[in-house]
Amino acid sequence: MSWLTEYVRPRIRTLLGQREAPDNLWSQCPACQQMIYTKELERALKVCPHCGHHMRAGALERLGWTFDEGQYTRIELPKAPADPLGFRDQKRYTERLKEARAKTGLDDALVVAHGTIQGVPAVVAVMEFNFMAGSMGAAVGEGLLAAARLAVLQDAPLIVFTASGGARMQEGAISLMQMPRSTIASLMVKEAGLPFIVVLTDPTTGGVTASFAMLGDIHIAEPGALIGFAGARVIEQTVRETLPEGFQRAEYLHEHGIVDMVVRRTELPATLARILRLLHPAPEEAETPEPLPEPAEPAE
Amino acid sequence: MRHFLDFEKPVAELEEKIDELRRMSAPDGMNIEEEVSRLTEKADRQLRTTYAKLTPWQKTQVARHPDRPKALDYIGQLIADYTPLDGDRAFADDGAMVGGLGRFEGRPVMVIGTEKGSDTDTRVKHNFGSAKPEGYRKARRLMELAGRFKLPILTFVDTSGAFPGIDAEARGQAEAIARSIEACLEAPVPVIATIIGEGGSGGAIALAAANRVLMLEHAVYSVISPEGCASILWRDAVQAPAAAEAMKLTAADLKGLSLVDAVVAEPLGGAHRAPAETVAAVGAQIAAMLEPLVGLEPEALRAQRREKFLAMGRELGA
Repeated sequence: MSWLTEYVRPRIRTLLGQREAPDNLWSQCPACQQMIYTKELERALKVCPHCGHHMRAGALERLGWTFDEGQYTRIELPKAPADPLGFRDQKRYTERLKEARAKTGLDDALVVAHGTIQGVPAVVAVMEFNFMAGSMGAAVGEGLLAAARLAVLQDAPLIVFTASGGARMQEGAISLMQMPRSTIASLMVKEAGLPFIVVLTDPTTGGVTASFAMLGDIHIAEPGALIGFAGARVIEQTVRETLPEGFQRAEYLHEHGIVDMVVRRTELPATLARILRLLHPAPEEAETPEPLPEPAEPAE
Repeated sequence: MRHFLDFEKPVAELEEKIDELRRMSAPDGMNIEEEVSRLTEKADRQLRTTYAKLTPWQKTQVARHPDRPKALDYIGQLIADYTPLDGDRAFADDGAMVGGLGRFEGRPVMVIGTEKGSDTDTRVKHNFGSAKPEGYRKARRLMELAGRFKLPILTFVDTSGAFPGIDAEARGQAEAIARSIEACLEAPVPVIATIIGEGGSGGAIALAAANRVLMLEHAVYSVISPEGCASILWRDAVQAPAAAEAMKLTAADLKGLSLVDAVVAEPLGGAHRAPAETVAAVGAQIAAMLEPLVGLEPEALRAQRREKFLAMGRELGA
């Protein structure tokens, strides 16, 4: 870093403005290395048209893809303690938060919204991997609890899209406590008789996987998503074995009975809507069979 | 053989001298006794000053001390009629997760703990205290059993973390931990967890979403080991002491953040110097914590547990 790169170059860039060709006209698929016209890639929901690789997506993109006509209402999430430990590694935690906020335009690594998915009302919470690796601190925990409360209030199912490296280390044991706290969020939804569906996206690991993400009534995974508890490197160092092909990928988890299904991104809204209609029919949709006579309990 | 930690060296040297003098036990024994008592006093002083200002990294080492009382030491001393129960009914019995029925101060209870082992053989048998999915599934099974028979649940947590292995992942390590946390939260009986050594991450909270959480004075409890944190955030595991400092993982820190309910003082020089005394002190605290919970209805116990965890962090200000 020098005066040249920090000051002069950005100034030149600003002066040149629009004349500079946008460097994001083309994207490269990280799996097959093919170049893809970015607009085409976005139309394809960031799924590589050549190899079908599901690229990582931002929280807001997800919401747009999930809800009907890309229309949804975001809710404001409760504030959480900003830097409970006064944490500092090579950089201050507050500084990292500031950078993540500037980079993503979000307050923290979770966004919550409500709307309809193919006509079915639902509350959707999405983790943003670009925000400090989607790590779960107090703000994410509070956000999940708020999402659960909203679902109960609206008598709507809760769908969570996970994408997280795990716990937010900068919040120490406070981040650890988000494991039981997010578990409470899942219990609130279930106790209200509402479906709690988890869509596991690339990557979902650590304390997020080992809490609410594995407590869904139904687990859906995106193709190829990395999903696991421990990191591959840690496992390799511990057991000193080469990891099997496809280890901790969505298909591996499916094979081992940990997720119900692996669903392509383009088919997610239809799949979600179908499941929700089966688990939680809207009053007018619900078939009302003749109630069986129940001698012990007076009918309402 | 006694194990000494690096920072205990001065004490170790003094105690070695004392042992030497005792062995000599010359005819003019009077003088030796005087010298011994002088050195013993000095060693105690040294121990007191060292332990009064342990750094978080030093505490981490005390928490991992090989002679520190382990879960089975607590169970052995505090639980009468201990009847170990094995297996997750699906795959295996996990030696890292011990537990079963017994009596605590006369009252039937369920005890569950992560056991590290205390010598080479038992360490291997207990997988160094790192449980696999079958361990967490066994814990959940025992908690559900306790619920059916209205037995209070006492857990003893001492683990560097859940086992990171290929087989563990294949069998759903994450799911097993999540369900164990859920079982703690849902138990219709009092749950009291004690962090006796290392409270390592998800593998620890799986047994510690409790009505009351006790922590030993020199135990540590956090989301990742200082080495792990250092290798990620500092990109160098050698920075573990700095990470330990930043992570606020000591009992005093956690009490300050209201994440644990009480800290149990350890004998001078740490639990490993007086295991029986330590276990007895923990037993007395558990008894005091358990008493007011015993009469409560299942709903009240669940609600208390939930509210306690929901409140965590909130009072630290936005």
